[in-house]
Amino acid sequence: MAYSDKVIDHYTNPKNVGTLDKAKTNVGTGLVGAPECGDVMRLQIEVDQESGLISDAKFKTFGCGSAIASSSLATEWLKGKTVDQALAIDNMDIVEELNLPPVKIHCSVLAEDAIKAAINDYRVKNGLAELATAAH
Amino acid sequence: MCVTLHPNPFKDKTMELNLPIYLDNNATTPMDPRVLEAMLPYFVEKFGNAASRNHSFGWVAEEAVDYAREQVAKLINADPKEIIFTSGATESDNLALKGVFEMYASKGNHVITCTTEHKAVLDACKHIEKMGGQVTYLEVKADGLIDLAELEKAITDKTILISIMYGNNEIGVIQPVREISAIARKHGVLFFTDATQAVGKVPVDVLADGIDLMAFSGHKMYGPKGVGALYVRRKNPRVKVTAQMDGGGHERGMRSGTLNVPGIVGLGKACELCMNEMAEESKRLSTMRDRLEAALMQVEEAYVNGNREHRLPHTTNISFKYVEGEGLMMGFNKNIALSSGSACTSASLEPSYVLKALGLGDDLAHSSLRFGLGRFTTDEQIDFTINAITTSVLKLREMSPLWEMFKEGVDIDAIEWAHH
Repeated sequence: MAYSDKVIDHYTNPKNVGTLDKAKTNVGTGLVGAPECGDVMRLQIEVDQESGLISDAKFKTFGCGSAIASSSLATEWLKGKTVDQALAIDNMDIVEELNLPPVKIHCSVLAEDAIKAAINDYRVKNGLAELATAAH
Repeated sequence: MCVTLHPNPFKDKTMELNLPIYLDNNATTPMDPRVLEAMLPYFVEKFGNAASRNHSFGWVAEEAVDYAREQVAKLINADPKEIIFTSGATESDNLALKGVFEMYASKGNHVITCTTEHKAVLDACKHIEKMGGQVTYLEVKADGLIDLAELEKAITDKTILISIMYGNNEIGVIQPVREISAIARKHGVLFFTDATQAVGKVPVDVLADGIDLMAFSGHKMYGPKGVGALYVRRKNPRVKVTAQMDGGGHERGMRSGTLNVPGIVGLGKACELCMNEMAEESKRLSTMRDRLEAALMQVEEAYVNGNREHRLPHTTNISFKYVEGEGLMMGFNKNIALSSGSACTSASLEPSYVLKALGLGDDLAHSSLRFGLGRFTTDEQIDFTINAITTSVLKLREMSPLWEMFKEGVDIDAIEWAHH
Protein backbone atom coordinates (compact mmCIF):
# COMPACT_ATOMS: atom_id res chain seq x y z
CA MET A 1 0.00 0.00 0.00
CA ALA A 2 1.40 3.36 -0.96
CA TYR A 3 1.34 6.21 1.53
CA SER A 4 0.15 9.66 0.58
CA ASP A 5 2.76 12.39 0.21
CA LYS A 6 1.42 14.12 3.30
CA VAL A 7 1.83 11.00 5.42
CA ILE A 8 5.36 10.56 4.12
CA ASP A 9 6.13 14.21 4.85
CA HIS A 10 4.91 13.98 8.46
CA TYR A 11 6.74 10.68 8.90
CA THR A 12 9.99 12.03 7.49
CA ASN A 13 9.78 15.40 9.24
CA PRO A 14 7.48 14.89 12.19
CA LYS A 15 6.33 18.09 13.84
CA ASN A 16 6.46 18.55 17.60
CA VAL A 17 8.01 15.28 18.71
CA GLY A 18 8.81 15.49 22.38
CA THR A 19 7.74 15.58 25.98
CA LEU A 20 6.15 18.29 28.11
CA ASP A 21 6.38 18.28 31.91
CA LYS A 22 3.31 16.33 32.87
CA ALA A 23 3.58 17.49 36.47
CA LYS A 24 2.65 21.07 35.50
CA THR A 25 -1.00 22.00 36.10
CA ASN A 26 -1.30 23.66 32.71
CA VAL A 27 -0.13 20.55 30.86
CA GLY A 28 -2.61 17.90 29.83
CA THR A 29 -1.42 14.43 28.83
CA GLY A 30 -3.33 11.83 26.85
CA LEU A 31 -2.00 8.29 26.46
CA VAL A 32 -4.15 6.08 24.23
CA GLY A 33 -3.93 2.81 22.34
CA ALA A 34 -2.12 -0.32 23.46
CA PRO A 35 1.19 -1.98 22.58
CA GLU A 36 -0.66 -5.21 21.74
CA CYS A 37 -2.67 -3.37 19.11
CA GLY A 38 0.45 -1.94 17.54
CA ASP A 39 -0.46 1.69 18.29
CA VAL A 40 0.28 3.86 21.31
CA MET A 41 -0.02 7.64 21.14
CA ARG A 42 0.97 10.10 23.80
CA LEU A 43 -0.20 13.61 23.09
CA GLN A 44 0.37 16.58 25.37
CA ILE A 45 -0.94 20.13 25.39
CA GLU A 46 0.30 23.13 27.31
CA VAL A 47 -2.32 25.81 27.90
CA ASP A 48 -1.50 29.48 28.36
CA GLN A 49 -3.81 30.14 31.25
CA GLU A 50 -4.16 33.86 30.64
CA SER A 51 -5.25 33.62 27.03
CA GLY A 52 -6.79 30.13 27.27
CA LEU A 53 -4.93 29.18 24.11
CA ILE A 54 -2.92 26.01 23.59
CA SER A 55 0.62 27.37 23.48
CA ASP A 56 2.44 24.13 22.85
CA ALA A 57 1.68 20.55 21.85
CA LYS A 58 3.97 17.52 21.71
CA PHE A 59 3.59 13.89 20.77
CA LYS A 60 5.31 10.56 20.80
CA THR A 61 3.80 7.64 18.91
CA PHE A 62 4.49 3.92 18.64
CA GLY A 63 2.79 2.81 15.47
CA CYS A 64 2.72 2.77 11.73
CA GLY A 65 3.46 5.74 9.48
CA SER A 66 -0.18 6.81 9.43
CA ALA A 67 -0.37 6.81 13.22
CA ILE A 68 2.77 8.92 13.43
CA ALA A 69 1.46 11.31 10.76
CA SER A 70 -1.98 11.58 12.44
CA SER A 71 -0.45 12.58 15.77
CA SER A 72 2.06 14.93 14.16
CA LEU A 73 -0.76 16.67 12.29
CA ALA A 74 -2.88 16.81 15.45
CA THR A 75 -0.17 18.69 17.35
CA GLU A 76 0.10 21.20 14.52
CA TRP A 77 -3.63 21.82 14.55
CA LEU A 78 -3.80 22.11 18.34
CA LYS A 79 -1.36 24.97 18.68
CA GLY A 80 -3.09 28.34 18.88
CA LYS A 81 -6.53 26.89 19.46
CA THR A 82 -8.60 27.28 22.61
CA VAL A 83 -9.33 24.07 24.48
CA ASP A 84 -12.94 24.20 23.27
CA GLN A 85 -11.86 24.66 19.68
CA ALA A 86 -9.50 21.72 20.07
CA LEU A 87 -12.39 19.55 21.16
CA ALA A 88 -14.00 20.11 17.79
CA ILE A 89 -11.18 18.38 15.88
CA ASP A 90 -12.77 15.37 14.26
CA ASN A 91 -10.95 12.26 13.15
CA MET A 92 -12.45 12.58 9.67
CA ASP A 93 -10.66 15.94 9.27
CA ILE A 94 -7.40 14.06 9.79
CA VAL A 95 -8.44 11.33 7.34
CA GLU A 96 -9.18 13.97 4.74
CA GLU A 97 -6.04 16.00 5.27
CA LEU A 98 -3.74 12.95 5.14
CA ASN A 99 -5.71 10.98 2.53
CA LEU A 100 -5.79 7.96 4.83
CA PRO A 101 -7.14 4.77 3.28
CA PRO A 102 -9.99 2.95 5.06
CA VAL A 103 -7.66 0.50 6.84
CA LYS A 104 -5.88 3.44 8.45
CA ILE A 105 -8.92 5.29 9.75
CA HIS A 106 -8.29 3.83 13.20
CA CYS A 107 -5.07 5.90 13.32
CA SER A 108 -7.11 9.09 13.03
CA VAL A 109 -9.58 7.83 15.64
CA LEU A 110 -6.69 7.24 17.97
CA ALA A 111 -5.41 10.79 17.38
CA GLU A 112 -8.85 12.22 18.19
CA ASP A 113 -8.97 10.07 21.32
CA ALA A 114 -5.52 11.33 22.30
CA ILE A 115 -6.62 14.96 21.93
CA LYS A 116 -9.71 14.35 24.08
CA ALA A 117 -7.69 12.45 26.67
CA ALA A 118 -5.15 15.28 26.91
CA ILE A 119 -7.92 17.85 27.29
CA ASN A 120 -9.64 15.79 29.97
CA ASP A 121 -6.39 15.43 31.87
CA TYR A 122 -5.97 19.21 31.70
CA ARG A 123 -9.58 19.78 32.84
CA VAL A 124 -9.34 17.40 35.78
CA LYS A 125 -6.07 18.99 36.88
CA ASN A 126 -7.77 22.38 36.82
CA GLY A 127 -10.90 21.39 38.72
CA LEU A 128 -13.16 21.08 35.70
CA ALA A 129 -15.51 18.17 35.07
CA GLU A 130 -14.26 15.36 32.88
CA LEU A 131 -15.95 15.29 29.51
CA ALA A 132 -17.54 12.11 28.31
CA THR A 133 -15.61 10.72 25.37
CA ALA A 134 -17.12 8.55 22.75
CA ALA A 135 -15.83 5.05 23.14
CA HIS A 136 -14.53 3.78 19.83
CA MET B 1 14.99 -17.65 -31.34
CA CYS B 2 17.96 -17.34 -29.11
CA VAL B 3 18.23 -15.06 -26.11
CA THR B 4 21.61 -14.71 -24.52
CA LEU B 5 21.55 -13.63 -20.94
CA HIS B 6 24.32 -13.08 -18.49
CA PRO B 7 24.12 -15.98 -16.04
CA ASN B 8 23.98 -13.75 -13.01
CA PRO B 9 23.86 -10.03 -13.66
CA PHE B 10 23.45 -9.18 -9.99
CA LYS B 11 26.71 -10.74 -8.93
CA ASP B 12 28.91 -8.38 -10.90
CA LYS B 13 31.12 -6.90 -8.21
CA THR B 14 31.92 -3.82 -10.22
CA MET B 15 28.27 -2.86 -10.39
CA GLU B 16 27.14 -0.01 -8.20
CA LEU B 17 24.71 -0.66 -5.38
CA ASN B 18 21.36 -1.04 -7.04
CA LEU B 19 18.34 0.25 -5.17
CA PRO B 20 15.85 -0.92 -4.09
CA ILE B 21 17.35 -3.95 -2.38
CA TYR B 22 15.25 -7.10 -2.37
CA LEU B 23 15.31 -8.96 0.95
CA ASP B 24 11.92 -10.63 0.74
CA ASN B 25 13.05 -13.87 -0.88
CA ASN B 26 10.77 -15.93 1.38
CA ALA B 27 7.82 -14.28 -0.34
CA THR B 28 9.16 -14.94 -3.81
CA THR B 29 12.51 -15.06 -5.54
CA PRO B 30 13.50 -13.34 -8.74
CA MET B 31 13.81 -15.84 -11.56
CA ASP B 32 17.35 -16.82 -12.43
CA PRO B 33 18.06 -15.65 -16.00
CA ARG B 34 19.33 -19.14 -16.79
CA VAL B 35 15.87 -20.48 -15.94
CA LEU B 36 14.22 -18.01 -18.28
CA GLU B 37 16.62 -19.01 -21.02
CA ALA B 38 15.65 -22.66 -20.62
CA MET B 39 11.94 -21.81 -20.68
CA LEU B 40 11.79 -19.47 -23.66
CA PRO B 41 11.72 -22.05 -26.49
CA TYR B 42 8.65 -23.68 -24.94
CA PHE B 43 6.29 -20.77 -25.50
CA VAL B 44 6.36 -20.17 -29.24
CA GLU B 45 8.53 -22.73 -31.01
CA LYS B 46 7.99 -25.83 -28.90
CA PHE B 47 4.45 -25.20 -27.89
CA GLY B 48 3.12 -28.75 -28.07
CA ASN B 49 0.83 -30.45 -25.60
CA ALA B 50 2.82 -33.02 -23.64
CA ALA B 51 -0.21 -35.31 -23.81
CA SER B 52 -0.30 -35.32 -27.63
CA ARG B 53 1.14 -38.75 -28.26
CA ASN B 54 0.80 -38.86 -32.03
CA HIS B 55 3.03 -36.12 -33.39
CA SER B 56 6.38 -34.52 -32.94
CA PHE B 57 5.02 -31.37 -31.31
CA GLY B 58 3.70 -33.49 -28.47
CA TRP B 59 6.84 -35.63 -28.28
CA VAL B 60 9.08 -32.58 -27.96
CA ALA B 61 6.95 -31.25 -25.11
CA GLU B 62 6.77 -34.62 -23.42
CA GLU B 63 10.52 -35.02 -23.66
CA ALA B 64 11.02 -31.65 -22.04
CA VAL B 65 8.64 -32.56 -19.22
CA ASP B 66 10.36 -35.91 -18.70
CA TYR B 67 13.73 -34.20 -18.49
CA ALA B 68 12.39 -31.65 -16.00
CA ARG B 69 10.85 -34.45 -13.95
CA GLU B 70 14.31 -36.01 -13.70
CA GLN B 71 15.89 -32.69 -12.71
CA VAL B 72 13.29 -32.19 -9.98
CA ALA B 73 13.51 -35.77 -8.72
CA LYS B 74 17.29 -35.64 -8.56
CA LEU B 75 17.30 -32.61 -6.29
CA ILE B 76 15.23 -34.41 -3.65
CA ASN B 77 16.56 -37.95 -4.29
CA ALA B 78 13.22 -39.23 -5.60
CA ASP B 79 12.24 -41.33 -8.57
CA PRO B 80 10.93 -39.20 -11.47
CA LYS B 81 7.69 -41.17 -11.38
CA GLU B 82 7.09 -39.84 -7.89
CA ILE B 83 6.85 -36.20 -9.04
CA ILE B 84 3.39 -34.76 -9.70
CA PHE B 85 3.48 -31.31 -11.30
CA THR B 86 1.00 -28.78 -9.93
CA SER B 87 0.38 -25.04 -10.09
CA GLY B 88 2.37 -24.38 -6.92
CA ALA B 89 2.78 -25.24 -3.27
CA THR B 90 -0.76 -24.21 -2.28
CA GLU B 91 -2.21 -26.70 -4.74
CA SER B 92 0.30 -29.35 -3.65
CA ASP B 93 -0.62 -28.79 0.01
CA ASN B 94 -4.32 -29.11 -0.79
CA LEU B 95 -3.81 -32.20 -2.94
CA ALA B 96 -1.69 -33.92 -0.28
CA LEU B 97 -3.96 -33.18 2.68
CA LYS B 98 -7.38 -33.57 1.11
CA GLY B 99 -6.17 -36.30 -1.25
CA VAL B 100 -4.82 -38.44 1.60
CA PHE B 101 -7.87 -37.73 3.74
CA GLU B 102 -10.17 -39.02 1.02
CA MET B 103 -7.99 -41.91 -0.13
CA TYR B 104 -7.42 -43.29 3.37
CA ALA B 105 -10.90 -42.66 4.77
CA SER B 106 -11.33 -46.35 5.53
CA LYS B 107 -8.20 -46.29 7.71
CA GLY B 108 -9.04 -43.26 9.83
CA ASN B 109 -9.89 -39.58 9.81
CA HIS B 110 -7.31 -37.94 12.07
CA VAL B 111 -4.60 -35.54 10.89
CA ILE B 112 -1.86 -33.97 13.02
CA THR B 113 -0.30 -30.64 12.10
CA CYS B 114 1.11 -27.65 13.98
CA THR B 115 0.09 -24.05 14.59
CA THR B 116 2.96 -22.45 12.64
CA GLU B 117 2.14 -24.08 9.31
CA HIS B 118 1.45 -22.03 6.22
CA LYS B 119 -2.17 -20.96 5.73
CA ALA B 120 -2.47 -23.33 2.77
CA VAL B 121 -1.98 -26.24 5.18
CA LEU B 122 -4.01 -24.78 8.04
CA ASP B 123 -6.94 -23.90 5.81
CA ALA B 124 -6.87 -27.28 4.07
CA CYS B 125 -6.98 -28.81 7.57
CA LYS B 126 -10.01 -26.67 8.41
CA HIS B 127 -11.62 -28.02 5.26
CA ILE B 128 -10.89 -31.56 6.44
CA GLU B 129 -12.60 -30.76 9.74
CA LYS B 130 -15.63 -29.56 7.79
CA MET B 131 -15.64 -32.86 5.93
CA GLY B 132 -15.88 -34.68 9.25
CA GLY B 133 -12.18 -35.17 9.95
CA GLN B 134 -10.35 -34.58 13.21
CA VAL B 135 -7.29 -32.35 13.26
CA THR B 136 -4.79 -31.88 16.09
CA TYR B 137 -2.87 -28.59 15.92
CA LEU B 138 0.33 -29.08 17.91
CA GLU B 139 1.71 -26.02 19.64
CA VAL B 140 5.36 -25.20 19.12
CA LYS B 141 8.01 -24.49 21.72
CA ALA B 142 9.35 -20.96 22.26
CA ASP B 143 12.02 -21.61 19.62
CA GLY B 144 9.43 -22.66 17.03
CA LEU B 145 10.24 -26.38 17.05
CA ILE B 146 7.54 -28.95 17.72
CA ASP B 147 7.76 -31.21 20.75
CA LEU B 148 8.32 -34.76 19.47
CA ALA B 149 6.86 -36.33 22.61
CA GLU B 150 3.69 -34.26 22.10
CA LEU B 151 3.55 -35.42 18.51
CA GLU B 152 3.76 -39.06 19.47
CA LYS B 153 1.17 -38.60 22.20
CA ALA B 154 -1.26 -37.07 19.72
CA ILE B 155 -1.28 -40.18 17.50
CA THR B 156 -4.42 -42.31 17.83
CA ASP B 157 -5.59 -45.41 16.00
CA LYS B 158 -7.54 -43.04 13.74
CA THR B 159 -4.46 -41.03 12.69
CA ILE B 160 -3.68 -41.28 8.98
CA LEU B 161 -1.39 -38.32 8.37
CA ILE B 162 1.18 -36.08 10.05
CA SER B 163 1.68 -32.76 8.26
CA ILE B 164 4.63 -30.77 9.55
CA MET B 165 6.48 -28.21 7.45
CA TYR B 166 10.18 -28.53 6.68
CA GLY B 167 11.32 -24.91 7.10
CA ASN B 168 9.13 -22.10 8.34
CA ASN B 169 8.47 -19.18 6.01
CA GLU B 170 8.51 -16.48 8.69
CA ILE B 171 11.27 -17.52 11.08
CA GLY B 172 13.13 -20.09 8.98
CA VAL B 173 13.09 -22.73 11.72
CA ILE B 174 13.73 -26.26 10.37
CA GLN B 175 11.67 -28.96 12.06
CA PRO B 176 13.28 -32.29 13.04
CA VAL B 177 11.99 -34.00 9.91
CA ARG B 178 13.85 -37.30 10.35
CA GLU B 179 12.64 -37.74 13.92
CA ILE B 180 9.09 -36.90 12.85
CA SER B 181 9.16 -39.42 10.02
CA ALA B 182 10.54 -42.09 12.35
CA ILE B 183 7.60 -41.56 14.68
CA ALA B 184 5.17 -41.62 11.76
CA ARG B 185 6.66 -44.83 10.44
CA LYS B 186 6.61 -46.49 13.85
CA HIS B 187 2.86 -45.90 14.07
CA GLY B 188 2.06 -46.65 10.44
CA VAL B 189 1.06 -43.05 9.74
CA LEU B 190 1.92 -41.15 6.55
CA PHE B 191 4.18 -38.10 6.77
CA PHE B 192 3.61 -35.06 4.55
CA THR B 193 5.86 -32.01 4.67
CA ASP B 194 5.39 -28.60 3.10
CA ALA B 195 8.99 -27.98 2.04
CA THR B 196 8.36 -24.85 -0.02
CA GLN B 197 11.02 -22.82 1.80
CA ALA B 198 13.51 -25.66 2.18
CA VAL B 199 13.82 -27.37 -1.21
CA GLY B 200 16.73 -25.83 -3.10
CA LYS B 201 18.00 -24.07 0.04
CA VAL B 202 19.07 -27.01 2.20
CA PRO B 203 19.66 -30.65 1.24
CA VAL B 204 16.28 -32.40 1.21
CA ASP B 205 16.39 -36.16 0.66
CA VAL B 206 13.00 -37.84 0.65
CA LEU B 207 14.52 -41.28 1.28
CA ALA B 208 16.90 -40.36 4.09
CA ASP B 209 14.32 -37.96 5.57
CA GLY B 210 11.58 -40.59 5.43
CA ILE B 211 9.10 -38.33 3.65
CA ASP B 212 5.94 -39.82 2.10
CA LEU B 213 4.55 -36.69 0.49
CA MET B 214 6.19 -33.31 -0.03
CA ALA B 215 5.03 -29.99 -1.49
CA PHE B 216 7.27 -27.37 -3.06
CA SER B 217 7.17 -24.55 -5.54
CA GLY B 218 9.17 -23.04 -8.40
CA HIS B 219 9.07 -19.38 -7.44
CA LYS B 220 10.78 -19.81 -4.08
CA MET B 221 13.88 -21.22 -5.73
CA TYR B 222 14.52 -18.82 -8.61
CA GLY B 223 12.07 -20.60 -10.90
CA PRO B 224 8.80 -19.34 -12.37
CA LYS B 225 5.57 -18.64 -10.50
CA GLY B 226 2.54 -20.83 -11.16
CA VAL B 227 4.37 -24.15 -11.08
CA GLY B 228 5.14 -26.51 -8.25
CA ALA B 229 5.27 -30.17 -7.44
CA LEU B 230 4.03 -32.79 -5.06
CA TYR B 231 6.28 -35.72 -4.30
CA VAL B 232 4.23 -38.87 -3.74
CA ARG B 233 6.15 -41.94 -2.59
CA ARG B 234 5.75 -45.06 -4.73
CA LYS B 235 7.52 -47.66 -2.59
CA ASN B 236 7.55 -48.56 1.11
CA PRO B 237 4.79 -47.57 1.33
CA ARG B 238 3.11 -46.89 -2.00
CA VAL B 239 1.15 -43.71 -1.33
CA LYS B 240 -1.93 -42.64 -3.23
CA VAL B 241 -3.95 -39.45 -3.17
CA THR B 242 -7.45 -38.85 -4.46
CA ALA B 243 -7.40 -36.31 -7.29
CA GLN B 244 -8.96 -32.96 -6.38
CA MET B 245 -9.75 -31.99 -9.98
CA ASP B 246 -11.57 -34.13 -12.50
CA GLY B 247 -10.24 -34.27 -16.03
CA GLY B 248 -8.00 -36.03 -18.45
CA GLY B 249 -6.13 -38.13 -15.94
CA HIS B 250 -2.74 -36.47 -16.33
CA GLU B 251 0.05 -37.05 -13.82
CA ARG B 252 -0.88 -40.65 -13.13
CA GLY B 253 -4.45 -39.64 -12.51
CA MET B 254 -3.59 -37.50 -9.51
CA ARG B 255 -3.63 -34.10 -11.17
CA SER B 256 -5.55 -33.53 -14.37
CA GLY B 257 -4.93 -30.56 -16.61
CA THR B 258 -2.69 -29.89 -19.60
CA LEU B 259 0.85 -29.62 -18.35
CA ASN B 260 2.39 -26.17 -18.05
CA VAL B 261 5.37 -27.14 -20.16
CA PRO B 262 7.40 -23.89 -20.00
CA GLY B 263 6.75 -23.64 -16.26
CA ILE B 264 7.76 -27.25 -15.71
CA VAL B 265 10.91 -26.76 -17.79
CA GLY B 266 11.67 -23.74 -15.61
CA LEU B 267 11.08 -25.65 -12.40
CA GLY B 268 13.37 -28.39 -13.66
CA LYS B 269 16.12 -25.94 -14.53
CA ALA B 270 15.72 -24.16 -11.20
CA CYS B 271 16.13 -27.50 -9.41
CA GLU B 272 19.22 -28.34 -11.42
CA LEU B 273 20.81 -24.99 -10.56
CA CYS B 274 20.00 -25.45 -6.87
CA MET B 275 21.43 -28.96 -7.00
CA ASN B 276 24.71 -27.65 -8.42
CA GLU B 277 25.00 -24.46 -6.41
CA MET B 278 23.24 -25.10 -3.10
CA ALA B 279 26.31 -26.06 -1.09
CA GLU B 280 28.22 -22.91 -1.97
CA GLU B 281 25.15 -20.68 -1.99
CA SER B 282 23.90 -21.72 1.42
CA LYS B 283 27.33 -21.12 2.91
CA ARG B 284 27.51 -17.67 1.32
CA LEU B 285 23.98 -16.76 2.43
CA SER B 286 24.35 -17.97 6.01
CA THR B 287 27.59 -16.00 6.34
CA MET B 288 25.84 -12.85 5.12
CA ARG B 289 22.75 -13.55 7.23
CA ASP B 290 24.86 -14.06 10.34
CA ARG B 291 26.74 -10.82 9.67
CA LEU B 292 23.45 -8.93 9.23
CA GLU B 293 22.04 -10.49 12.36
CA ALA B 294 25.13 -9.81 14.48
CA ALA B 295 25.18 -6.17 13.40
CA LEU B 296 21.47 -5.64 14.08
CA MET B 297 21.75 -7.34 17.46
CA GLN B 298 24.07 -4.48 18.43
CA VAL B 299 20.91 -2.39 18.61
CA GLU B 300 19.56 -2.31 22.15
CA GLU B 301 16.50 -4.47 22.86
CA ALA B 302 16.65 -6.46 19.63
CA TYR B 303 15.68 -10.13 19.67
CA VAL B 304 16.01 -12.94 17.14
CA ASN B 305 12.79 -14.95 16.85
CA GLY B 306 12.97 -18.72 16.63
CA ASN B 307 15.69 -21.32 16.88
CA ARG B 308 18.96 -20.01 15.47
CA GLU B 309 20.68 -23.36 15.06
CA HIS B 310 18.03 -25.30 13.16
CA ARG B 311 17.30 -22.67 10.59
CA LEU B 312 17.24 -21.99 6.87
CA PRO B 313 20.52 -20.32 5.86
CA HIS B 314 18.94 -17.24 4.28
CA THR B 315 16.37 -16.22 6.88
CA THR B 316 16.34 -14.20 10.08
CA ASN B 317 13.44 -12.67 11.94
CA ILE B 318 14.24 -9.90 14.41
CA SER B 319 12.05 -7.90 16.78
CA PHE B 320 13.08 -4.37 17.68
CA LYS B 321 11.22 -3.73 20.88
CA TYR B 322 9.30 -0.43 21.32
CA VAL B 323 9.00 0.32 17.59
CA GLU B 324 6.23 -0.90 15.34
CA GLY B 325 7.23 -2.93 12.29
CA GLU B 326 5.24 -1.15 9.64
CA GLY B 327 6.26 2.26 10.90
CA LEU B 328 9.83 1.02 10.95
CA MET B 329 9.66 -0.23 7.38
CA MET B 330 8.38 3.11 6.19
CA GLY B 331 11.77 4.53 7.10
CA PHE B 332 13.50 2.45 4.45
CA ASN B 333 10.98 0.73 2.22
CA LYS B 334 11.84 3.02 -0.65
CA ASN B 335 15.24 1.35 -0.67
CA ILE B 336 14.78 -2.04 1.00
CA ALA B 337 11.99 -4.55 0.45
CA LEU B 338 11.22 -6.89 3.32
CA SER B 339 8.31 -8.09 5.46
CA SER B 340 7.05 -7.40 8.95
CA GLY B 341 5.11 -9.54 11.40
CA SER B 342 3.06 -6.46 12.13
CA ALA B 343 -0.37 -6.54 10.60
CA CYS B 344 -1.22 -2.90 10.89
CA THR B 345 -2.93 -2.99 7.51
CA SER B 346 -5.18 -5.93 8.27
CA ALA B 347 -8.66 -5.20 9.50
CA SER B 348 -8.18 -7.50 12.47
CA LEU B 349 -4.99 -5.72 13.57
CA GLU B 350 -3.69 -9.17 14.44
CA PRO B 351 0.06 -9.60 14.19
CA SER B 352 1.75 -12.72 12.83
CA TYR B 353 0.17 -15.93 14.13
CA VAL B 354 3.52 -17.67 13.75
CA LEU B 355 5.27 -15.27 16.11
CA LYS B 356 2.37 -15.45 18.54
CA ALA B 357 2.63 -19.25 18.44
CA LEU B 358 6.18 -18.88 19.78
CA GLY B 359 4.65 -17.16 22.79
CA LEU B 360 5.79 -13.70 21.74
CA GLY B 361 3.69 -10.88 23.12
CA ASP B 362 1.72 -8.97 20.51
CA ASP B 363 4.02 -6.00 21.06
CA LEU B 364 7.10 -7.98 20.03
CA ALA B 365 5.25 -9.56 17.13
CA HIS B 366 4.27 -6.08 15.91
CA SER B 367 7.94 -5.06 16.15
CA SER B 368 9.37 -7.77 13.95
CA LEU B 369 11.09 -7.71 10.59
CA ARG B 370 11.72 -10.74 8.39
CA PHE B 371 14.89 -10.74 6.31
CA GLY B 372 14.98 -13.20 3.42
CA LEU B 373 18.31 -13.17 1.61
CA GLY B 374 18.72 -14.75 -1.79
CA ARG B 375 20.96 -15.78 -4.65
CA PHE B 376 21.42 -12.20 -5.81
CA THR B 377 22.00 -10.57 -2.42
CA THR B 378 25.39 -8.90 -2.15
CA ASP B 379 27.62 -7.84 0.74
CA GLU B 380 27.15 -4.21 -0.31
CA GLN B 381 23.40 -4.60 0.04
CA ILE B 382 23.83 -6.08 3.51
CA ASP B 383 26.03 -3.14 4.54
CA PHE B 384 23.43 -0.68 3.29
CA THR B 385 20.66 -2.61 5.07
CA ILE B 386 22.45 -2.71 8.43
CA ASN B 387 22.93 1.03 8.28
CA ALA B 388 19.40 1.85 7.12
CA ILE B 389 17.62 -0.39 9.63
CA THR B 390 19.72 0.79 12.56
CA THR B 391 19.11 4.43 11.66
CA SER B 392 15.40 3.84 11.29
CA VAL B 393 15.07 2.00 14.63
CA LEU B 394 16.92 4.76 16.47
CA LYS B 395 14.83 7.46 14.81
CA LEU B 396 11.54 5.76 15.62
CA ARG B 397 12.56 5.12 19.20
CA GLU B 398 13.11 8.84 19.63
CA MET B 399 9.44 9.12 18.63
CA SER B 400 8.22 6.17 20.71
CA PRO B 401 6.45 6.80 24.03
CA LEU B 402 7.12 3.18 24.98
CA TRP B 403 10.86 3.60 24.50
CA GLU B 404 10.79 6.70 26.70
CA MET B 405 8.90 4.78 29.41
CA PHE B 406 11.32 1.87 29.14
CA LYS B 407 14.26 4.24 29.53
CA GLU B 408 12.62 5.86 32.56
CA GLY B 409 12.09 2.44 34.13
CA VAL B 410 8.30 2.49 33.82
CA ASP B 411 6.80 -1.01 33.82
CA ILE B 412 4.87 -0.96 30.55
CA ASP B 413 3.15 -4.26 31.28
CA ALA B 414 1.70 -2.81 34.48
CA ILE B 415 -0.10 -0.02 32.61
CA GLU B 416 -3.78 -0.62 32.02
CA TRP B 417 -4.12 -0.01 28.31
CA ALA B 418 -7.48 0.82 26.86
CA HIS B 419 -8.03 -1.76 24.16
CA HIS B 420 -9.98 -0.85 21.11
